[in-house]
Amino acid sequence: MTAPRRIADGATDILRFTFDGRAMAARPGDTLAAALLANGVTLVARSFKYHRPRGIMAAGVEEPNALVTVGEGGRTEPNTRATDVFVYDGLIARSQNVWPSLDVDMGVMNGMLARFLPAGFYYKTFFGPASRWMIYERFIRRAAGLGKAPVESDPDHFEHRAAFCDVLVVGGGPAGIQAARDAAAAGGRVILVEQDAVLGGSAWRDGITVPDPAPAGVRVMPRTTASGNWDHGFVTLVERIAEPGQQPPAGMPAQRLWHVRAKRIVLATGAIERPLAFAGNDRPGVMLASAVRAYIHRHGVLAGQRVVIATNNDDAYRTADAVLAAGGEVVAVLDSRADAPAGEHPVFTDAAPLAAHGGRGGITAITARIGTATRRFRADLMAMSGGFTPVVHLHSQAGGTLGWREDIQAFVPDGGPEWIASVGGAAGEVERIAPTSPDLPDPKHSFIDFQNDVVASDVDLAWREGYRSVEHLKRYTTLGMATDQGKTSNMAGLARLAASGGVTIPQAGLTTFRPPYTPLTLGAMAGADGGGHAAPRRRIALHDAHEARAALWQPIGLWHRPRAYPRMGETLHDAALREARAVRTAAGLTDVSTLAKFAVRGPDAARLLEMVCATGIAKLAVGRGRYTFMLREDGMVLDDGTVWRLDENDYLLTSSTGGADRMESHLSYVHRVLARTLRVSVVAQQEHYAGIALAGPRAATILADLTGIEPPAHMGLARAEVAGVPALILAASYSGERAFELYVAGHDAAPIWAAIEDKVRAAGGFPYGLEALEFLRIEKGHVVIGAEADGRTTPHDLGLERMLRKAGGFVGAQALTRPALTAPGRRRLVGLVSPDQIPEGAMLVADHGAPVEGHVSSAGPRLLETGGAALALLAGGMRREGETLLATSPTRDRHVRVTVTTPVFHDLEGTRYRD
Amino acid sequence: MMLIDCPYCGERAQAEFTYERTLDSIVGLDMPVEEVLARLFSRANPRGEDRELWRHSFGCRQWLVLRRHRRTHAIAAVDPYAPDEPE
Repeated sequence: MTAPRRIADGATDILRFTFDGRAMAARPGDTLAAALLANGVTLVARSFKYHRPRGIMAAGVEEPNALVTVGEGGRTEPNTRATDVFVYDGLIARSQNVWPSLDVDMGVMNGMLARFLPAGFYYKTFFGPASRWMIYERFIRRAAGLGKAPVESDPDHFEHRAAFCDVLVVGGGPAGIQAARDAAAAGGRVILVEQDAVLGGSAWRDGITVPDPAPAGVRVMPRTTASGNWDHGFVTLVERIAEPGQQPPAGMPAQRLWHVRAKRIVLATGAIERPLAFAGNDRPGVMLASAVRAYIHRHGVLAGQRVVIATNNDDAYRTADAVLAAGGEVVAVLDSRADAPAGEHPVFTDAAPLAAHGGRGGITAITARIGTATRRFRADLMAMSGGFTPVVHLHSQAGGTLGWREDIQAFVPDGGPEWIASVGGAAGEVERIAPTSPDLPDPKHSFIDFQNDVVASDVDLAWREGYRSVEHLKRYTTLGMATDQGKTSNMAGLARLAASGGVTIPQAGLTTFRPPYTPLTLGAMAGADGGGHAAPRRRIALHDAHEARAALWQPIGLWHRPRAYPRMGETLHDAALREARAVRTAAGLTDVSTLAKFAVRGPDAARLLEMVCATGIAKLAVGRGRYTFMLREDGMVLDDGTVWRLDENDYLLTSSTGGADRMESHLSYVHRVLARTLRVSVVAQQEHYAGIALAGPRAATILADLTGIEPPAHMGLARAEVAGVPALILAASYSGERAFELYVAGHDAAPIWAAIEDKVRAAGGFPYGLEALEFLRIEKGHVVIGAEADGRTTPHDLGLERMLRKAGGFVGAQALTRPALTAPGRRRLVGLVSPDQIPEGAMLVADHGAPVEGHVSSAGPRLLETGGAALALLAGGMRREGETLLATSPTRDRHVRVTVTTPVFHDLEGTRYRD
Repeated sequence: MMLIDCPYCGERAQAEFTYERTLDSIVGLDMPVEEVLARLFSRANPRGEDRELWRHSFGCRQWLVLRRHRRTHAIAAVDPYAPDEPE
């Protein structure tokens, strides 16, 4: 820590903040970086891999070094650039990636890390034996890293908003303000966004004031970053209302994510200055020349007293003038060019810095090459300028192309969508430069990418090891990765790679620019869609009835269905066992409202169903129903359900809850695309009806009691009133017991449920949930979509092949003829039994270490006997009957011997569900 | 997020639509198996304009044909799916 560096101007520092616990003061308008410099703080961070001392290099969002953690508790924001947070009263900032402290950091103890983590270290480790990663992981996670994410939840709220405009201008510098004023004068709706808290952009560094475009009719959005530029004029903006770690004003969100649709987009995103490569160019006290000037003019902070300036262009001379005007001394201007502008300071042409000397407190001297001579200058600040790189990120994100400009040694927009234009620095209006010589005397200590600790020799090594493409270079060396995405380093890395290979920079190519332009918080992405609002919750008609019975809920897609109704002190498993056993011995009722239901009506209804369903439909008699399943075009089972012929040309198709939307789309596709001439209408009715299933040996008696009618035969249907409400009764069994599904209008369902429940309880039964339903269907061997029908199984695999309609003509029929789909080695449905419970998801092997031959798709307990039953997909299927295998689940450390059986464990003869 | 000009509803955000497939991968129920497999598994991926079947799922639910450039995402036309649509 050195003496305060604020230039005397009469203003006072009234904001209080702390850095690593030290209390300091700042002025309104200060960035944290400006405030730290004003307080003489030189050392701000430690580097990612080598824990080298780092200070502040830039004055904008491109800052690669000065990453700090801001805020406390749930408002903690790690990896905040000190240049991109404005000081507020009470701000708390901490250094990160240091141990035990910023000043005494063990990570830098010796040169070990440099030897441990050369370029390509991660790459080689990941491609090496897994055991190597296991050894290195703990060490790396400790040593190399950024800030830590908070574990508390964020106390603030975030929101998403939408906006539309004729012209969106990104960037509030001179070029952007001019573009916005012009567009507003032409009569359009104009939005101008600026990531900084105030407009001005590059004008700040020269102390120029800019006109406010708001009176011209421009909607100005400060502290708002255009984060992504997507298709067709769609731009995402992140608006900061609170600074990192700051509590937002009452009722306000911390941040807003804006979705903007603009007819035209003007990119006035400016340009970013590039560092120069020389030994120790990463030391605290080595800064970008434009940043040194910005701190002087904007914040009244002179970051050093004895300044050496190194440049290859004219812009840095303005920094020299600014340093002099602020009372500093310009020790030398090192200009790589043969001709240089004259000034009031010593200028050396054909000169370049060789090394910056000093320690963690800053630099003390600069060694320079001047012509063929070497000279040392005493200095506490180096201002460097390697030229300016236009910010083309948003242009490229939207598919814009780039062209190479030799005179500025950078890429500029040269084509793309016609609604996007770049102006000002972003379009290449920057200082011309003299190309920098690729010769570096000390490439091992000349940093290219400061944030990722990539030195020039790392790029050379990547080339020698065969990484020719810039995309490979990025992944091999990590150059251009992490929070700054190479804003200051990409061009230098590219130049080095091109020089290594003796190719031009355009030949070496560029990596892809991807959103976001600067890091955005998870809160901004989530918006209000967090916690209980993460997904909409679809409530079934009988929701309140189940809630009143203390149901445990289970999400099925967006629906919530009762999972079980535990009594006081009862576990989920015990509750489900009780409920399921009652269905086997007496009766039970369950809510099946969420099943997908489609009314298929019209003279060609059966023809449409025969295209969608792989089973026979046309011969179904009026008043009867049938199990059916549908295939994908590749022959795999898509879904299953039942089809009921309510009248001559009136069918009801049911299918799985989770597949309801997919089935709606599939039916529409077959109808509207494949078979447009069919005279049929399809109406999705999932939510129209509540469905209640009544099952068990006492079900028929209960139904007769309630309705006064003779219960329909298995797979028959009837219409009757229950509790005064008209119901459609379908005699279908999923549990394996005699069962009926009653469908009624949703708003009429509560009295029917109550009436059935009374009778069921009187018969010794209970309401049952999904868990009991699973136990029942597994024991009966019914396959389910998502478990046995997992998208890789055919009807043949599931033992359904005898139901296939021989004549074909349904979706999937052609692809099913592929020989591989009936090959003998395919995994097919089998049953497994064991004296123990079988772990669901377990692999099936002959013994420990043997090859995997199948897996357990569903497992449950035997209900009236001991032991477990499971459905599984096993290579060879039922040809393996009687074999003993091991069902092994290493992740749960459960290993159970199982015997292969027929996949039906209850009522093999199939008599119980019939009338 | 593309902007799709539904012929029934006007310009709407892509989030209202679902992509189904390219027109040349529509599989007829009477096609020979070789053609079915070719359409399912040997699809073209042209660097240029393609014709795609979309549905305005969260709007009018109609099936639409987009002429869309696969690299630039430029949409040249959006038309109702017509039964005699040549591939």
